[in-house]
Amino acid sequence: MSKEKMNETNFEKMSKTYQPKPPYFMNCVKAFIVGGLICTLGELLSEMYVHWFNFSDEEAGNPTVATLILLSSLATGFGVYDKLGQFAGAGSAVPVTGFANSVTSSALEYKSEGYVLGVATNLFKLAGSVIVFGVVAAYVLGIIRYVWSLII
Amino acid sequence: MARLGKQTWSFDNPVYIQATGTAVGPLEGEGPLKDYFDRIYDKLHCGEDNWELAERALMMDAVHQCLQKAGVDESTIDLFLAGDLLNQNVTGNYVARQLGIPLLGMFGACSTSMETLATGAALVSSGYADRALVAVSSHNATAERQFRYPTEYGGQKPKTATFTVTGSGSALISKNPSDIRIESATIGKVLDYKLKDPFDLGSAMAPAAWSTIKTHLEDTGRVPSDYDLIATGDLSAIGTPIVRDMLKQDGFDVSEVHNDCGLMVYHSDQPVFSGGSGCACSAVVTYSKLIDELKQGNLKKILVVATGALMSPTMLQQKETIPGIAHGVVLMKEGQ
Repeated sequence: MSKEKMNETNFEKMSKTYQPKPPYFMNCVKAFIVGGLICTLGELLSEMYVHWFNFSDEEAGNPTVATLILLSSLATGFGVYDKLGQFAGAGSAVPVTGFANSVTSSALEYKSEGYVLGVATNLFKLAGSVIVFGVVAAYVLGIIRYVWSLII
Repeated sequence: MARLGKQTWSFDNPVYIQATGTAVGPLEGEGPLKDYFDRIYDKLHCGEDNWELAERALMMDAVHQCLQKAGVDESTIDLFLAGDLLNQNVTGNYVARQLGIPLLGMFGACSTSMETLATGAALVSSGYADRALVAVSSHNATAERQFRYPTEYGGQKPKTATFTVTGSGSALISKNPSDIRIESATIGKVLDYKLKDPFDLGSAMAPAAWSTIKTHLEDTGRVPSDYDLIATGDLSAIGTPIVRDMLKQDGFDVSEVHNDCGLMVYHSDQPVFSGGSGCACSAVVTYSKLIDELKQGNLKKILVVATGALMSPTMLQQKETIPGIAHGVVLMKEGQ
């Protein structure tokens, strides 16, 4: 302790020395493993739809994503997904299951304010920004691709 | 009634705590203070339909426990001072609607516990009320909903985060001599040392706690060892060493007598990150264990400094920093 006297100007810097370092490496490992397992599950589901339900490789994507969304929404409702999220961080937030969780948890959270002003209004509270930037990015890239195809 | 220095009130017309009441949620009920609480709910919903109602039930319980222990009816109370963390102080307002006692709603974030106690004591001491009832509450789920980014949304919280205590604490103040006297209070200034991380409120509030404790000691001419305990509200494992070091730099070594309610309310192996926070954190610790220890005589004189992070999610999104505030109240065993 006591190197420099803490005051208003140096407090932000000094207070950092009291904070535990975020375990970046372990977080990455956990995220890699959990994220990888979720994707493996997706791969298994996809194989299942191809082999047992006669979907083509491309078509199998839709039922696979739907199944993952259903599973993660159930996990959210049963209070499991938040524990997974705290453990795995980006590993459970980035895959489609994280997106499903953000919608389901918002819906549950605002149930007490009614179905219209509560659930419907807040359903995309977190996912909304993802959709907005997803659509904007797709639009911009679409234009670039179109212009490129005219040039070529 | 006298003022010491600029910020400290000394209650020369003695005021006393007649009784206290506490109600807490499940995680607090498994903590080290479980035997001190008046009522423990084993479900976070407290038997209600939504979180806000659950918080209201907790405050109502704390108030009823307090009145019951004091053996008085709510119609004999002159003033109710209440606060919580929710917008428009809804918990306090709706509990007051049911109680029918004139209300002063107060907000000082998590410092509201000592803000209401200090103000109540001042109003009783100066004769504006014979009996004043104070109460504060917080609920983990309502606070997460209002202030934070709950883990339910799928995000990961860092170790510096604090965990809002689910519970409520209430106290009844009057001039009737009892075991516990409210001796003085120090009203804190808002200090903002430019921290922005809502997942590290302990560090953000440390300067306010430092300022209030230092001012209190200077105003009263006391030293830390004059107290058996100096308890801060919810600085957690992160803010606690900061405030100790800041006070040490000014020549006040509190390490022997200081503890933090956020560290006292949970076991260190409970899943609460760096410790408890919320209005209820300092309230349920003070109005249960600390009052009990004072009554037993294990503690003779204590200073409780409730710390509040005056955080608003809107202000943070507008790139503002987090101001902090802290109010201190001195409680002593009568007859010392």
